[in-house]
This record gives sequence, C-alpha cells and structure tokens, in this order.
Amino acid sequence: MNKLKTTGTYIFLILAAFISIFPFLWMLISATNTSADVTKGKLIPGSYFFDNISNLFSSIDIGTALLNSAKVSITTTLLSLVIASLAGYGFEIYRSKAKDVVFSILLLSMMIPFAAIMIPLFQMFAKLSSVAPAIGIDTLSGVILPTVVTAFLIFFFRQSTKMFPKELLEAGRIDGLSELGLFIRVYAPTMKTTYAAAGIITFMASWNNYLWPLIVLQSPENQTIPMLISQLGSSYSPDYGMIMTAIVISTIPTALVFFFMQKHFVAGMTGSVK
Amino acid sequence: MKTEVRRTSIRGSSIRTKANLTGWLFISLAVIMIVIFYFYPMLQALLLSFKSGTGMNLDYVGIDNYKRLFSDKTFTTALTNTFIYLIVQVPVMIILALFLSVLLNSRQLKFRGFFRTAIFLPAVTSLVAYSVIFKYLFATDGMINKLFMSIQLIQTPIEWITDPFWAKVTIIIAITWRWTGYNMIFYLSALQNIDQSIYEAARIDGASATRQFFGITIPLLKPIILFTSITSTIGTLQLFDEVVNITQGGPGNATLSISHYIYNLSFKYTSDFGYAATVSYSIVVIIIILAFLQFKLAGDKK
Repeated sequence: MNKLKTTGTYIFLILAAFISIFPFLWMLISATNTSADVTKGKLIPGSYFFDNISNLFSSIDIGTALLNSAKVSITTTLLSLVIASLAGYGFEIYRSKAKDVVFSILLLSMMIPFAAIMIPLFQMFAKLSSVAPAIGIDTLSGVILPTVVTAFLIFFFRQSTKMFPKELLEAGRIDGLSELGLFIRVYAPTMKTTYAAAGIITFMASWNNYLWPLIVLQSPENQTIPMLISQLGSSYSPDYGMIMTAIVISTIPTALVFFFMQKHFVAGMTGSVK
Repeated sequence: MKTEVRRTSIRGSSIRTKANLTGWLFISLAVIMIVIFYFYPMLQALLLSFKSGTGMNLDYVGIDNYKRLFSDKTFTTALTNTFIYLIVQVPVMIILALFLSVLLNSRQLKFRGFFRTAIFLPAVTSLVAYSVIFKYLFATDGMINKLFMSIQLIQTPIEWITDPFWAKVTIIIAITWRWTGYNMIFYLSALQNIDQSIYEAARIDGASATRQFFGITIPLLKPIILFTSITSTIGTLQLFDEVVNITQGGPGNATLSISHYIYNLSFKYTSDFGYAATVSYSIVVIIIILAFLQFKLAGDKK
C-alpha cells in the first residue's frame, strides 16, 4: 500500500515537472530548427540556431527593443528600490498612528486594477506631452514613471524591516550618524537580501510589462521586448524558428537575474510572507 | 517642580515631533507617487465614467454610460468569460498548488530540489512570451494535438484556439501552467514553518494522513490560502496578455476578457474613454465584492 502510494507520488510529480518544462524544451528545440521542421513537429535539436539568429537580427530590430527594455527595467528597478525602501523603513522605524493610517490607505492601491486607471494615466501623459515632451507619451520615461512605486514593494520592505535589529540604529546614533546616514550606512547594507528579492521582483515585472508600454509607446524605435514578441507572434506567416529564437533571447535577462539570485529570492519571499 | 515636569515633557515631545517629521520625509516620495499614479487616476476614471465622446473631446452625459453597460452584449460576454476563468481556474490552481506543496514538503522525497525548481519555472517566464509559445503549441496542427494523437488519446485534432469552448479551456490551461508553481512556493514556505511536533502528536493520536491534511495543514495555511486566492482573483479579473496573444479574444468574442474589452474600447475601436472607464469601474466593484466575500468565507482575518 505504502509503496504504491510512493510510486503514485513520483508519477504525479514527474508528470507535473514534465508539463512545466515541456514548453521550455519545445522553445529551445524550435529555436535550433527551421520553420518547416517546427511545423512538422520535430522534437530533436537541429543545427539552425545561428541562422535563426542572423535572420532575426537582419530582419527585425530586436537590438533596439532589447536596449529599450534594459533601460526601462534597470531604471525602474533602481528608482523603486530607493523609494520603496525609504518608505518601508519610514513606516516601520518612525511608526505613528497617522502613518499607520496612511499605510493602510496605500495598501488599498493594490486592489486597484490597472485596467481601471490606464485611461486616466494615458490622458495624464498625453497632457504632459504638450508641457514636457521628454516625459510624456511615446517616451521611455512615460513607461517608467507610473510603474516605479507599488504598494506591494513598500509592504515588502516594511515587513522585512520588522526583523531588522533596531539596536544597530541606536549604536549608529551614538556614533553621530544623521537619520538619513543611519538609513544609508546601517540599514541598507544589513538588508541586502531584501533588496535582492525586491530587485528581482521589480526587474522581472518591468521587463515583462506589456499593457502599459503598449498604450504609452507609439513609434517602433521605442518598442520594448514584450511588444516586439507579441507583434512577431501575431504575424500571418510566422517563421517559427526565428520567433522562438527571439523568445529565447528575450528570456535570457530574467533567467540570469533569477538563477543568480534565486537564494535571495526565496529567502526574501518567505521573509515577507511571515 | 511643576514647571520642571512640563519643560521635560515639552522637550520630549519636540524630539518626538522631529523624529515624526523625519519619518514623514522618508515616506513622502512614495506616498506622493502612489497618490498621483493610483488614487488620482482612480478618481479621474470615476469622473470619466459619466462622460462620453471620441478621443479627448468628452462631455458629461450623466448615467447614460451605466445604462449602456446593462444592455451591452459584448460587456456581458466579457464578464461571463472572466467569471468562467475565475470559477474554474482559481480553485483548480490552488488545490493543485496545495497538493504539490504537501508532496514536496515530505522529507523522504528524492529529487525535491529538482521537482520544486521545475514546477516553479513557468513563473519566471514573461506573460507575452509564454502566451505566444502556447498559441503555437495549441494550434490545430500544433505539437499538443500531434502528441495526443500519437499516444491515441484523441483521433481527430482538437480545435484548441478556434473553437469557442476549447479556446476557453486553452486560456485556463495556460494560466494554470503559469501560476501554479508560483502559488506552490508560498504554501511550501508556510508549510516549512509548521512545527513538526503537531503532526507527531496527531500521528500518536492515530490521525490518518487525510485527517492531518484537513485538520492541521489547511487550518494553519488559511491566511496564506486567503492571500493567494485574493491575489489570484485580482490577477484573473485583470487578465489581458494571455487573451490578446493566444486567441486575440476570439473566436468571435468567446475568450474576450474585461481588460481586453476596455483596451479595445479605448484604443482599438473608435475610442470612447468615457464608456471604457465605466466598464473599468465594473471590475473595481467586482474586486471589492469578491475580496469582501473571501474574507467572510475565511472567517476571522488575521
């Protein structure tokens, strides 16, 4: 009976793992094959990968899209780490009743669906365009600004700050550090894991964001990676090998970020969930 | 004596005021940005929902948009579709994620790390990228049909994308694939925090594995199950990337989601920002009702 159960467990887990991995395998294999082979259902790696890459770079401006996505994601991540950690720290260390009220109001913004605010946001940036064209419609700053701060990230930093040893701040005060100095010299270096986890979450969300860039960006030279992939995917006579190659390339940055920081990610996640 | 006490209390409160002020400075930037980019647009959308017109030329029309909402067949279709996704997908995914996390939490299990990483892997992919992959995999002449036919599971190819029923199934499969591992990680970390001695005590009392699962695991995981079911509900109500990239809302409007409809109303058809805002407020109302119900269902909130 017990043995039967163990076997059942393994069969179930192997099946779940297979279903989870299969689309990745198919993507990788298809990136090495010609479009015709992909259509035939070939499931063995081919030797067409480099041809797919040269086709991709010669026919589609994926370089520009990669650069745009990199600019947007890196700027968003850096800004949001600074702003959200300052806030999370402020809410927890300088706790007061009024701030707690503000905090719970901020949390409500997590319930606001993006679809409900995207039209006013679009109008806001359209109006901004006439005053300050550099941060209005069809600019990367326009993509970045509304996505920089999320209540989730502030919540994340506040939760993690609960576990921060506050004696360190007292020690720092005695050493004559200013309040901002305490944050920069004492708090930030101790919270590396939290910053890493928050960084991964923000970078991935930003790199993969689709709807807002789709609305705010118009000219092809400002396209981000998800917009490009979506466009490739909706073409009438798709070159499967080439499209899969584009997807593989577009996934590399998030995969790298994730695998190099996986340990921090899980530690940070569980820290915030407690 | 009296003045002495007063003076110290004034000095104490002035230090406190200063610290309090520093605190406000720390949070100010974030608060301002959330107000500008969340709450202000939210208010604007409400005002917008009482206006109508094309492009930026909008006039107040009172509650006309809300009247239109109730006779709008496309809206009803989008709403029904979204609820079908919600009612089928969220429970299936949460049960699957719970089941997987309990299996993976067992210390005797071999290759735990491999299984965990493999099942979590879909959560790393971009929504657009995986949607395009699924679109091709589930094409009528795609890999899934080829595989199913080769193992004799089906005789004729299933029209995963072009049949109104199967297209919904495809969307549900896709979302479940993407998010099960993500939710599983939350349950796994919660399970690891449960004191093992509780289970030992239950075993000594002769409780079966099923009994332990429903009597100990589920009640202890309740807060996290509530958290994941609310975030999944909000996520599903906002479904956009998958529908746009797998089925484009089709066939007909068989897979159209509310977010997709709002997008079409604003940027694809002759844009009517006013009516689109009205439709978008329906999601807000639904989220409020569902979140309230989920809290009630789960009993006391902790």
